[in-house]
Amino acid sequence: MTAPLPTMAASPLPPPDPQFVLRGTQSAVHALHFFGGARGQECPLLLSGSLSGLVHIWSLQTRRAVATLDGHGGQCVTWLQTLPQGHQLLSQGRDLKLRLWDLAEGRNAVVDSVPLESLGFCRSSVLARGQERWMLAMPGRGSEEVQILEMPSKTSVCTLKPEADAKPGMPMCLELWQADSSPRPLLLAGYEDGSVALWDVSERKVCSRVACHTEPVMGFDFDSQKARGVSGSAEKALAVWSLDEQQALQVCRTHELTNPGIADVKIRPDRKILATAGWDHRVRVFHWRTMKPLAVLSFHSATVHCVAFATDGLLAAGSGDQRISIWSLYPVRSDASTPLLGHAEGGEVGAHALA
Amino acid sequence: MDPGQSAVLPTVREALRTLSSSEDGDCILSTLGSLKRYLGGAESPAPPGEQEEFARRHFSDVLRCLVGRLSPGWLELLPDGQLEDLWASFFLEGPADQAFLVLMESIEGAALSSWGREGRSVLIPPFLPQNYFPLLGEEIVRVLQALVDSLRGVGPSTLSLQSSALLRASVCFPSEEILGVLVPRLTALTRANCLWQRVCWRLVECVPDRAMEALLTGLVEAALGPEVLSRLLGNLVMKSKKAQFVMTRKILFLQYRYSTPMLQSLLGYLAMDSQRRPLLIQVLKELLETWGSSSAIRHASLPQQCYVSKAVLICLAHLGEAELRDSREDLLASLMAGVKSRLDSSLPAVRRLGMTVAEVASTRIHPEGPPLRFQYEEDELSRELLALAAPPPAADSPSEHGLPVVCSWVTGRPTGLCCFLSDDELVPYDMSGDRELKSGKTPAYVRDCVEALTSSEDWERWEAALRALEGLIIRSPAAAREVSVELAKVLLHLEEKTSVVGFEGLRQRALVAVVVTDPVAEYLTSQFYALNFSLRQRMDILDVLTLAAQELSRPGRLPKTPQCGSPSPASQPSSTQASAWRAVVEERIRSKTRRFTQGSARRGPDASPNEFNLVAGYFFFPLIRHFDRPLVTFDLLGEDQLVLGRLVHTLGALMYLAVNTTVAVAMGKALLEFVWTLRFHGDAYVRRGLLSAVSSILLSVPAERLLADLPDELLEAQPWLADVAEQDPDEDCRVLAVKALLLLEKLKGTLLPLSSS
Repeated sequence: MTAPLPTMAASPLPPPDPQFVLRGTQSAVHALHFFGGARGQECPLLLSGSLSGLVHIWSLQTRRAVATLDGHGGQCVTWLQTLPQGHQLLSQGRDLKLRLWDLAEGRNAVVDSVPLESLGFCRSSVLARGQERWMLAMPGRGSEEVQILEMPSKTSVCTLKPEADAKPGMPMCLELWQADSSPRPLLLAGYEDGSVALWDVSERKVCSRVACHTEPVMGFDFDSQKARGVSGSAEKALAVWSLDEQQALQVCRTHELTNPGIADVKIRPDRKILATAGWDHRVRVFHWRTMKPLAVLSFHSATVHCVAFATDGLLAAGSGDQRISIWSLYPVRSDASTPLLGHAEGGEVGAHALA
Repeated sequence: MDPGQSAVLPTVREALRTLSSSEDGDCILSTLGSLKRYLGGAESPAPPGEQEEFARRHFSDVLRCLVGRLSPGWLELLPDGQLEDLWASFFLEGPADQAFLVLMESIEGAALSSWGREGRSVLIPPFLPQNYFPLLGEEIVRVLQALVDSLRGVGPSTLSLQSSALLRASVCFPSEEILGVLVPRLTALTRANCLWQRVCWRLVECVPDRAMEALLTGLVEAALGPEVLSRLLGNLVMKSKKAQFVMTRKILFLQYRYSTPMLQSLLGYLAMDSQRRPLLIQVLKELLETWGSSSAIRHASLPQQCYVSKAVLICLAHLGEAELRDSREDLLASLMAGVKSRLDSSLPAVRRLGMTVAEVASTRIHPEGPPLRFQYEEDELSRELLALAAPPPAADSPSEHGLPVVCSWVTGRPTGLCCFLSDDELVPYDMSGDRELKSGKTPAYVRDCVEALTSSEDWERWEAALRALEGLIIRSPAAAREVSVELAKVLLHLEEKTSVVGFEGLRQRALVAVVVTDPVAEYLTSQFYALNFSLRQRMDILDVLTLAAQELSRPGRLPKTPQCGSPSPASQPSSTQASAWRAVVEERIRSKTRRFTQGSARRGPDASPNEFNLVAGYFFFPLIRHFDRPLVTFDLLGEDQLVLGRLVHTLGALMYLAVNTTVAVAMGKALLEFVWTLRFHGDAYVRRGLLSAVSSILLSVPAERLLADLPDELLEAQPWLADVAEQDPDEDCRVLAVKALLLLEKLKGTLLPLSSS
């Protein structure tokens, strides 16, 4: 260690404060997504989806809402994701609609819509497969099913249904990804019974399944480079699991928490830290490699529903107290040349891979 | 007869006559020129014999005459300051001893003040005090040097008379400037030289009594530390009665303007020599006696008490155990008496002083006994006192240097992107606040809170109820009003059964919220004089009443909680009607008014009635009614004077908050009567409250009503206030009295034009 570190005896830093707070959604915030700003040509935007069905687009420069999208008929917006080609936004609402928005040049019009057939809380996932093609995973018609669509043609690729004797319950969270080595798309799904399963989409079969929690999995994130993931559930622990060469999932460790209930988990794009959104109103930050607790961010006065990281390391947390707090912790090293994680700018990874 | 003598005498006489009467500049110039010949150095000096005679017999007369004539007008008789130069040259070139003596005379003279005032502006630079006294100091050192040399047998064996006179004279007029020069020089010279020390000792012993005090205080101020003082003074305190009085009584008991280092060097000086140590014990006894005397506590100001306390602790630090043991009984008796009277005081600073000194002194005086321990918060004074009692630290520890480096690194870290953050260097933040959430137990209704607070054995629920109560009351005033008296009773009797952070504040805020929502002041005020309450609870009642009154009288709180007081649904439409009516009128005015310039439309804060108006009487009168009827458990005029002080302050605050209310006049009348009966109370805290109450009366009661209803009382109050402003031992009391007097003056100012018109 060459850096002038304080000794262990030195008193810890006082708990940090948010860098700033966005107010004005006027209802609980359920989805957050950072958009743009990665290449520095434009100021990054933050998208937030609220319980009242509105999507707010926030400028992080002026810290004001620059636009409001109303497309879910007053029903909660649960998931937001931008697509790499052009300025397109996917939003999922509890009105059983997935809306595709065109945001280019200041437009905010719905250009397409996909009907959903599940009333659950499961968030969808996308995987870009080319300049104009992308794949969408969303909860399917049957309570245990996951449906895979080819977009933008909306043709159904397949429906992933667990074997009859498995009974994992409803899917709670999904993540489509692709290993660097093979072109086959894979799907990670967290289920109601607390298990996480890895699906091979093209063969429509479960590669591996592991029970991580005793309660439903509420959110997880996966680091494809290290082949390691972390999941949170309604119980009082985080689970860290890994994927070996035989594509078998196994639980590495669990981490006990002070209060039960994790609504969302996100790993920062540079894979240094991860953040969890807690039902106990707190955001917890951990060191991703060692799972050492780094900070407990207590600012919100209601359940934190979602967290999101920007490529520059900014952390946003949205809560039931109708506020979005923005935090700047452990600055990202400017010389970080490692590729970014799929989830933050998911489309871009795919685009780079194809280019 | 010597012919030369006859030649000098007439010339000088003639010159003196001219000088003392002439206003003609040229004439004076030529006269001075002729005299200058006798000083030598001119173009045509007088013969040496005449010069000598002039110097011996006439020079001082001439100088006196010159000094007598000195005035700005006189010096301006000739242009370009010629006269001034010439005037100065007589003093500077002639024999220095005579010049000095003449100047001394004139300074001593009765005309000192006027001369000083007129002469200051024209004094020639070498004679300005700040220049002259250092010169004098240098001279004294030279004389002393000669003395020392002569004692060594090196220099001339006798000192000239003039030199010793000079020495004597200047020691008689010790001033800061002389000592400022003298002390550092002597400090250096006496460091290694016994002979010099002896000379110094002799010197100070020669000082006449009338100059002793000035010299000693000057030396104590200028000397750095007891060793220097000891080298300079020797055993002076044992030899001179006057010196002993100054050092052991005057500086310690009669004055309290000296700094702590001065005290340390003075008492250290007493402790340094075995002959002087009995004096130190004597001093300690007397100091502790003063410290313990209850009348001294009552009549001495706080800075003086601090001064004496510091002196006590310094003495104790210097004295050994054996020395203390001999007089332990006396010392302990005075100490305990002082502690008791201090703990009775209602001023926190006095109490804390007593506790600090008692802790330290008891461990020193009676080390075998059980140690006294008080609970008090450390402040600057108590830390200073503790430091005084400790023996001086050996060396400062180097550990202090570590911290700033860390801090600068920490603060620099988040901004720089180039810092060395590898995986292991993510420094965790403080996570001590990460506790289990108890949200599940928070009651949702006021009634639930009452139930949880009275009967719950589940302490988490109890705490959650206490925390939630204030918010619930404010959010649902209707529900709170249903149970308000019960709630007030519960809260008043609530005890801190578990260690809840901020319990007092939570309870108080909840009580204030209850009183504001539904004035249950009647209940609280009736409980104030009830039998079964502790002093703490009684003071809580007073605090809550004050805070609630403050909240009620705050302008602009009406829109936030419009339910307060007695809301009637019917009043709602009338207010909207009123605003509609106003809008119509304003519209009409606007349409018929032509404006030449359009200023910015400014709106002041909305005026709203003082809500305290409705209930001020319920807050005030029950409190003032029974103060002179002692209960078994509660005697306001007896030993519960702390509560009396709080009561007086509360009444003053209520009076102030009742401004613009209809009951203010009646309240003022009652309060002034109350103040009058208590005005000579012995406790400073009570007196402060009385004085501020007078100010509140003057501020809150309308001026014309004061004049109409209370003229005699005010007339009586004025001399009392003036007396307090001059003579009260407590500084705050004096300031408050002056403020009240100013308000009274202002009142007179506002009334005079009224009555004359």
